[in-house]
Amino acid sequence: MYYIDPHIHMVSRTTDDYQTLARMGCVAMSEPAFWAGFDRGSADGFRDYFRQLTEVEPARAAQYGIQHFTWLCINAKEAENVELSREVMKLIPEFLDCPNVLGIGEIGLNKNTRNESIVFQEHVELAIEHEQQILIHTPHLADKYQGTRMILDMLAGHTGLDRSRVLVDHVEEHTVREVIDAGYWAGMTLYPVTKCTPARAADIIEQMGPDRLCVNSAGDWGPSKPTAVPDLIMEMRRRGHTEGMIQQVVFDNPYQFFSQSRHFSFQVPNPETRVFDTP
Amino acid sequence: MNASQILEREFLEVRAKILEIAASLDRMDRAEGDLTLDPNRQLLDRGIDLLKSNETDRAEQVQLLFSREYNDGWQDDFDLQKRT
Ligand SMILES: [Zn+2]
Repeated sequence: MYYIDPHIHMVSRTTDDYQTLARMGCVAMSEPAFWAGFDRGSADGFRDYFRQLTEVEPARAAQYGIQHFTWLCINAKEAENVELSREVMKLIPEFLDCPNVLGIGEIGLNKNTRNESIVFQEHVELAIEHEQQILIHTPHLADKYQGTRMILDMLAGHTGLDRSRVLVDHVEEHTVREVIDAGYWAGMTLYPVTKCTPARAADIIEQMGPDRLCVNSAGDWGPSKPTAVPDLIMEMRRRGHTEGMIQQVVFDNPYQFFSQSRHFSFQVPNPETRVFDTP
Repeated sequence: MNASQILEREFLEVRAKILEIAASLDRMDRAEGDLTLDPNRQLLDRGIDLLKSNETDRAEQVQLLFSREYNDGWQDDFDLQKRT
Protein backbone atom coordinates (compact mmCIF):
# COMPACT_ATOMS: atom_id res chain seq x y z
CA MET A 1 0.00 0.00 0.00
CA TYR A 2 1.23 3.50 -0.85
CA TYR A 3 1.28 5.89 2.06
CA ILE A 4 2.22 9.47 2.99
CA ASP A 5 4.03 10.27 6.23
CA PRO A 6 2.71 13.76 7.00
CA HIS A 7 5.14 14.46 9.83
CA ILE A 8 8.73 13.24 9.84
CA HIS A 9 12.04 15.01 10.49
CA MET A 10 14.32 13.66 7.83
CA VAL A 11 17.18 16.07 8.57
CA SER A 12 17.77 13.82 11.59
CA ARG A 13 17.53 10.54 9.68
CA THR A 14 19.96 8.66 7.51
CA THR A 15 19.73 8.05 3.80
CA ASP A 16 19.16 4.38 4.67
CA ASP A 17 15.90 5.47 6.26
CA TYR A 18 14.77 7.03 2.98
CA GLN A 19 15.49 3.74 1.29
CA THR A 20 13.60 1.72 3.92
CA LEU A 21 10.60 4.04 3.79
CA ALA A 22 10.51 3.86 -0.01
CA ARG A 23 10.55 0.07 0.15
CA MET A 24 7.65 0.15 2.60
CA GLY A 25 5.48 2.18 0.24
CA CYS A 26 6.13 5.75 1.36
CA VAL A 27 5.63 8.00 -1.68
CA ALA A 28 5.49 11.42 -0.04
CA MET A 29 6.29 13.02 3.29
CA SER A 30 6.14 16.39 4.94
CA GLU A 31 8.76 17.70 7.30
CA PRO A 32 7.80 20.49 9.70
CA ALA A 33 10.54 22.75 11.03
CA PHE A 34 11.39 21.77 14.61
CA TRP A 35 13.92 21.86 17.39
CA ALA A 36 17.32 20.50 16.39
CA GLY A 37 18.16 19.04 19.80
CA PHE A 38 20.00 22.23 20.76
CA ASP A 39 19.10 25.92 20.70
CA ARG A 40 20.42 27.69 17.63
CA GLY A 41 22.44 30.82 18.29
CA SER A 42 21.12 33.16 15.62
CA ALA A 43 18.54 33.73 12.92
CA ASP A 44 21.22 32.78 10.37
CA GLY A 45 21.19 29.28 11.84
CA PHE A 46 17.52 29.09 10.89
CA ARG A 47 18.14 30.44 7.41
CA ASP A 48 20.56 27.56 6.82
CA TYR A 49 18.03 25.12 8.28
CA PHE A 50 15.29 26.44 5.97
CA ARG A 51 17.63 25.92 3.01
CA GLN A 52 18.21 22.36 4.16
CA LEU A 53 14.44 21.83 4.29
CA THR A 54 13.73 23.42 0.92
CA GLU A 55 16.80 22.35 -1.09
CA VAL A 56 18.71 19.45 0.43
CA GLU A 57 15.99 17.13 1.74
CA PRO A 58 13.77 17.23 -1.38
CA ALA A 59 16.80 16.17 -3.43
CA ARG A 60 17.72 13.42 -0.98
CA ALA A 61 14.15 12.11 -0.97
CA ALA A 62 13.86 12.22 -4.75
CA GLN A 63 16.70 9.71 -5.05
CA TYR A 64 14.32 7.17 -3.58
CA GLY A 65 11.21 8.25 -5.45
CA ILE A 66 9.75 10.05 -2.45
CA GLN A 67 8.33 13.58 -2.73
CA HIS A 68 9.40 15.77 0.14
CA PHE A 69 7.34 18.74 1.39
CA THR A 70 8.01 21.05 4.30
CA TRP A 71 6.63 23.62 6.76
CA LEU A 72 8.55 26.59 8.17
CA CYS A 73 8.59 28.32 11.56
CA ILE A 74 10.59 28.67 14.74
CA ASN A 75 9.58 25.77 16.97
CA ALA A 76 7.87 26.18 20.33
CA LYS A 77 10.96 25.38 22.37
CA GLU A 78 13.13 28.09 20.85
CA ALA A 79 10.10 30.42 20.76
CA GLU A 80 10.77 31.11 24.42
CA ASN A 81 13.22 33.66 23.00
CA VAL A 82 10.74 36.18 21.55
CA GLU A 83 13.36 38.47 20.07
CA LEU A 84 15.05 35.65 18.12
CA SER A 85 11.64 34.33 17.10
CA ARG A 86 10.69 37.64 15.54
CA GLU A 87 13.94 37.69 13.56
CA VAL A 88 13.27 34.17 12.31
CA MET A 89 9.65 34.97 11.42
CA LYS A 90 10.95 37.85 9.29
CA LEU A 91 12.96 35.33 7.25
CA ILE A 92 10.04 33.06 6.50
CA PRO A 93 8.25 35.01 3.72
CA GLU A 94 11.29 34.76 1.41
CA PHE A 95 11.02 30.95 1.58
CA LEU A 96 7.25 30.68 1.08
CA ASP A 97 7.65 30.52 -2.69
CA CYS A 98 9.94 27.48 -2.56
CA PRO A 99 8.19 24.68 -4.45
CA ASN A 100 7.98 22.21 -1.52
CA VAL A 101 6.67 24.58 1.18
CA LEU A 102 3.15 23.70 2.34
CA GLY A 103 2.76 26.30 5.07
CA ILE A 104 3.70 27.40 8.59
CA GLY A 105 4.63 24.70 11.13
CA GLU A 106 5.10 23.03 13.40
CA ILE A 107 4.19 25.96 15.61
CA GLY A 108 2.68 25.36 19.02
CA LEU A 109 3.47 25.20 22.69
CA ASN A 110 6.11 23.30 24.62
CA LYS A 111 5.91 24.30 28.29
CA ASN A 112 2.75 26.40 27.81
CA THR A 113 4.44 29.69 28.67
CA ARG A 114 3.47 33.28 27.95
CA ASN A 115 6.36 33.78 25.50
CA GLU A 116 5.46 30.63 23.60
CA SER A 117 1.89 31.89 23.35
CA ILE A 118 2.99 35.28 22.01
CA VAL A 119 5.14 33.67 19.30
CA PHE A 120 2.35 31.19 18.45
CA GLN A 121 -0.09 34.05 17.88
CA GLU A 122 2.37 35.92 15.68
CA HIS A 123 2.94 32.79 13.57
CA VAL A 124 -0.82 32.37 13.10
CA GLU A 125 -1.04 35.99 11.98
CA LEU A 126 1.85 35.42 9.57
CA ALA A 127 0.06 32.38 8.13
CA ILE A 128 -3.22 34.25 7.71
CA GLU A 129 -1.45 37.20 6.11
CA HIS A 130 0.25 34.92 3.56
CA GLU A 131 -2.73 32.54 3.15
CA GLN A 132 -0.66 29.61 4.41
CA GLN A 133 -1.84 26.32 5.89
CA ILE A 134 -0.81 25.65 9.49
CA LEU A 135 0.61 22.56 11.18
CA ILE A 136 0.54 22.61 14.98
CA HIS A 137 2.66 20.80 17.56
CA THR A 138 0.95 20.09 20.88
CA PRO A 139 3.10 19.57 24.00
CA HIS A 140 4.14 16.24 25.42
CA LEU A 141 2.96 14.20 28.38
CA ALA A 142 1.58 16.18 31.35
CA ASP A 143 1.57 19.43 29.36
CA LYS A 144 -0.44 18.11 26.41
CA TYR A 145 -3.98 18.56 27.66
CA GLN A 146 -3.46 22.07 28.99
CA GLY A 147 -1.40 23.12 25.97
CA THR A 148 -3.89 21.75 23.46
CA ARG A 149 -6.73 23.63 25.14
CA MET A 150 -4.64 26.82 25.14
CA ILE A 151 -3.89 26.38 21.44
CA LEU A 152 -7.57 25.88 20.64
CA ASP A 153 -8.41 29.01 22.66
CA MET A 154 -5.87 31.03 20.68
CA LEU A 155 -7.01 29.67 17.30
CA ALA A 156 -10.65 30.41 18.16
CA GLY A 157 -9.69 34.06 18.56
CA HIS A 158 -8.73 34.33 14.87
CA THR A 159 -11.97 34.85 12.99
CA GLY A 160 -10.10 34.99 9.68
CA LEU A 161 -8.81 31.46 10.05
CA ASP A 162 -10.06 28.62 7.81
CA ARG A 163 -10.08 25.68 10.22
CA SER A 164 -10.05 23.12 7.43
CA ARG A 165 -6.53 24.35 6.56
CA VAL A 166 -5.14 23.71 10.05
CA LEU A 167 -3.86 20.39 11.43
CA VAL A 168 -3.37 19.97 15.18
CA ASP A 169 -0.79 17.24 15.68
CA HIS A 170 0.15 14.72 18.36
CA VAL A 171 -3.45 14.28 19.55
CA GLU A 172 -4.21 11.41 21.93
CA GLU A 173 -7.26 9.99 23.65
CA HIS A 174 -7.87 13.08 25.78
CA THR A 175 -7.38 15.74 23.09
CA VAL A 176 -8.59 14.30 19.79
CA ARG A 177 -12.29 14.97 20.23
CA GLU A 178 -12.00 18.69 20.93
CA VAL A 179 -9.73 19.17 17.91
CA ILE A 180 -11.99 17.29 15.49
CA ASP A 181 -15.23 18.74 16.88
CA ALA A 182 -13.84 22.26 16.43
CA GLY A 183 -13.38 21.57 12.71
CA TYR A 184 -9.60 21.13 12.50
CA TRP A 185 -7.64 18.19 11.15
CA ALA A 186 -5.90 16.03 13.74
CA GLY A 187 -2.64 14.09 13.57
CA MET A 188 -1.69 11.12 15.69
CA THR A 189 2.00 10.47 16.27
CA LEU A 190 3.15 6.89 16.66
CA TYR A 191 5.96 7.06 19.21
CA PRO A 192 7.28 4.15 21.24
CA VAL A 193 6.77 5.60 24.75
CA THR A 194 5.66 9.22 24.89
CA LYS A 195 2.79 9.32 22.40
CA CYS A 196 0.40 6.91 20.64
CA THR A 197 1.11 3.27 19.88
CA PRO A 198 -0.26 1.77 16.64
CA ALA A 199 -2.87 -0.12 18.69
CA ARG A 200 -4.10 2.99 20.51
CA ALA A 201 -4.13 4.98 17.28
CA ALA A 202 -6.28 2.25 15.72
CA ASP A 203 -8.60 2.44 18.74
CA ILE A 204 -8.99 6.18 18.22
CA ILE A 205 -9.72 5.72 14.50
CA GLU A 206 -12.35 3.11 15.37
CA GLN A 207 -14.02 5.40 17.90
CA MET A 208 -13.77 8.71 16.02
CA GLY A 209 -14.11 7.47 12.46
CA PRO A 210 -11.37 8.19 9.90
CA ASP A 211 -12.49 11.65 8.77
CA ARG A 212 -9.85 14.40 9.15
CA LEU A 213 -7.51 12.04 11.03
CA CYS A 214 -3.91 11.48 9.90
CA VAL A 215 -1.14 9.33 11.35
CA ASN A 216 2.59 10.01 11.30
CA SER A 217 5.86 8.69 12.67
CA ALA A 218 7.31 12.10 13.62
CA GLY A 219 10.62 10.25 13.25
CA ASP A 220 13.40 12.53 14.48
CA TRP A 221 16.71 12.45 16.37
CA GLY A 222 15.10 11.10 19.56
CA PRO A 223 13.67 7.65 20.28
CA SER A 224 11.23 7.28 17.39
CA LYS A 225 10.49 4.85 14.61
CA PRO A 226 10.34 6.19 11.05
CA THR A 227 8.53 3.05 9.90
CA ALA A 228 5.67 3.47 12.40
CA VAL A 229 2.99 4.18 9.77
CA PRO A 230 3.40 0.71 8.17
CA ASP A 231 3.06 -0.69 11.72
CA LEU A 232 -0.36 0.97 11.95
CA ILE A 233 -1.31 -0.42 8.52
CA MET A 234 -0.49 -3.92 9.81
CA GLU A 235 -2.42 -3.36 13.04
CA MET A 236 -5.52 -2.21 11.16
CA ARG A 237 -5.30 -5.13 8.74
CA ARG A 238 -5.09 -7.58 11.64
CA ARG A 239 -8.22 -6.05 13.11
CA GLY A 240 -10.07 -6.70 9.89
CA HIS A 241 -10.35 -3.17 8.52
CA THR A 242 -10.75 -2.81 4.78
CA GLU A 243 -7.90 -1.63 2.58
CA GLY A 244 -10.07 1.35 1.62
CA MET A 245 -10.46 2.43 5.24
CA ILE A 246 -6.73 2.07 5.88
CA GLN A 247 -5.86 3.92 2.70
CA GLN A 248 -8.11 6.79 3.73
CA VAL A 249 -6.09 7.31 6.91
CA VAL A 250 -2.57 6.79 5.58
CA PHE A 251 -2.91 8.26 2.10
CA ASP A 252 -6.19 9.96 1.13
CA ASN A 253 -6.47 12.13 4.26
CA PRO A 254 -2.97 13.66 4.16
CA TYR A 255 -3.37 14.02 0.39
CA GLN A 256 -6.65 15.90 0.84
CA PHE A 257 -5.27 18.10 3.61
CA PHE A 258 -2.08 18.99 1.71
CA SER A 259 -4.05 19.62 -1.51
CA GLN A 260 -5.27 22.88 -0.01
CA SER A 261 -1.73 24.20 -0.29
CA ARG A 262 -0.78 25.81 -3.60
CA HIS A 263 2.59 24.00 -3.67
CA PHE A 264 1.28 20.48 -3.23
CA SER A 265 1.88 19.22 -6.75
CA PHE A 266 1.75 15.52 -6.12
CA GLN A 267 0.88 12.93 -8.72
CA VAL A 268 -1.06 10.03 -7.22
CA PRO A 269 0.64 6.82 -8.43
CA ASN A 270 -1.36 5.16 -11.21
CA PRO A 271 -0.65 2.31 -13.62
CA GLU A 272 1.10 4.69 -16.02
CA THR A 273 3.29 6.30 -13.35
CA ARG A 274 7.05 5.98 -13.64
CA VAL A 275 8.87 6.74 -10.40
CA PHE A 276 12.08 7.53 -12.28
CA ASP A 277 12.35 8.78 -15.84
CA THR A 278 14.13 6.29 -18.06
CA PRO A 279 17.67 7.48 -18.76
CA MET B 1 -13.27 -8.68 15.90
CA ASN B 2 -15.58 -9.66 18.73
CA ALA B 3 -14.68 -9.41 22.40
CA SER B 4 -13.40 -12.96 22.78
CA GLN B 5 -11.28 -12.69 19.65
CA ILE B 6 -9.69 -9.54 21.05
CA LEU B 7 -9.14 -11.21 24.41
CA GLU B 8 -7.53 -14.20 22.74
CA ARG B 9 -5.29 -11.98 20.64
CA GLU B 10 -4.22 -9.69 23.47
CA PHE B 11 -4.28 -11.96 26.53
CA LEU B 12 -0.56 -12.71 26.63
CA GLU B 13 0.34 -9.12 25.86
CA VAL B 14 -1.83 -7.73 28.67
CA ARG B 15 -0.55 -10.41 31.04
CA ALA B 16 3.00 -9.33 30.23
CA LYS B 17 2.16 -5.66 30.82
CA ILE B 18 0.59 -6.41 34.21
CA LEU B 19 3.67 -8.41 35.12
CA GLU B 20 5.91 -5.47 34.16
CA ILE B 21 3.94 -3.14 36.42
CA ALA B 22 4.03 -5.65 39.28
CA ALA B 23 7.78 -6.06 38.93
CA SER B 24 8.35 -2.28 38.76
CA LEU B 25 6.35 -1.73 41.96
CA ASP B 26 8.27 -4.56 43.67
CA ARG B 27 11.56 -3.00 42.58
CA MET B 28 10.61 0.37 44.10
CA ASP B 29 9.47 -1.28 47.32
CA ARG B 30 12.64 -3.37 47.64
CA ALA B 31 14.83 -0.33 47.17
CA GLU B 32 15.86 1.98 49.97
CA GLY B 33 13.54 4.91 50.72
CA ASP B 34 9.86 5.49 51.34
CA LEU B 35 7.60 6.57 48.49
CA THR B 36 4.34 6.67 50.45
CA LEU B 37 4.10 10.45 50.18
CA ASP B 38 5.63 10.81 46.73
CA PRO B 39 3.06 12.43 44.40
CA ASN B 40 4.21 10.44 41.37
CA ARG B 41 3.97 7.18 43.29
CA GLN B 42 0.46 8.15 44.38
CA LEU B 43 -0.43 8.97 40.77
CA LEU B 44 0.58 5.45 39.74
CA ASP B 45 -1.77 3.99 42.35
CA ARG B 46 -4.62 6.16 41.13
CA GLY B 47 -3.87 5.06 37.58
CA ILE B 48 -4.04 1.43 38.60
CA ASP B 49 -7.37 2.10 40.33
CA LEU B 50 -8.76 3.60 37.12
CA LEU B 51 -8.15 0.31 35.30
CA LYS B 52 -10.73 -1.36 37.50
CA SER B 53 -13.50 0.96 36.32
CA ASN B 54 -16.22 -0.46 34.09
CA GLU B 55 -16.35 2.58 31.79
CA THR B 56 -15.05 2.31 28.23
CA ASP B 57 -12.95 5.48 28.40
CA ARG B 58 -10.24 4.21 30.76
CA ALA B 59 -7.43 5.28 28.41
CA GLU B 60 -8.78 8.83 28.28
CA GLN B 61 -9.21 8.91 32.07
CA VAL B 62 -5.63 7.73 32.58
CA GLN B 63 -4.43 10.46 30.21
CA LEU B 64 -6.35 13.11 32.15
CA LEU B 65 -5.01 11.79 35.44
CA PHE B 66 -1.45 12.38 34.23
CA SER B 67 -2.24 15.84 32.81
CA ARG B 68 -1.69 19.32 34.20
CA GLU B 69 -4.89 21.19 34.87
CA TYR B 70 -6.35 23.58 32.30
CA ASN B 71 -7.62 26.95 33.49
CA ASP B 72 -9.80 28.82 31.01
CA GLY B 73 -8.69 32.16 32.40
CA TRP B 74 -5.10 31.55 31.33
CA GLN B 75 -5.03 34.41 28.81
CA ASP B 76 -5.98 36.90 31.53
CA ASP B 77 -3.40 35.37 33.88
CA PHE B 78 -0.75 35.88 31.19
CA ASP B 79 -2.09 39.37 30.52
CA LEU B 80 -2.43 38.50 26.83
CA GLN B 81 -4.91 40.32 24.68
CA LYS B 82 -7.32 38.05 22.86
CA ARG B 83 -7.05 38.25 19.07
CA THR B 84 -9.91 38.57 16.66
ZN1 LIG C 1 7.67 17.15 14.90
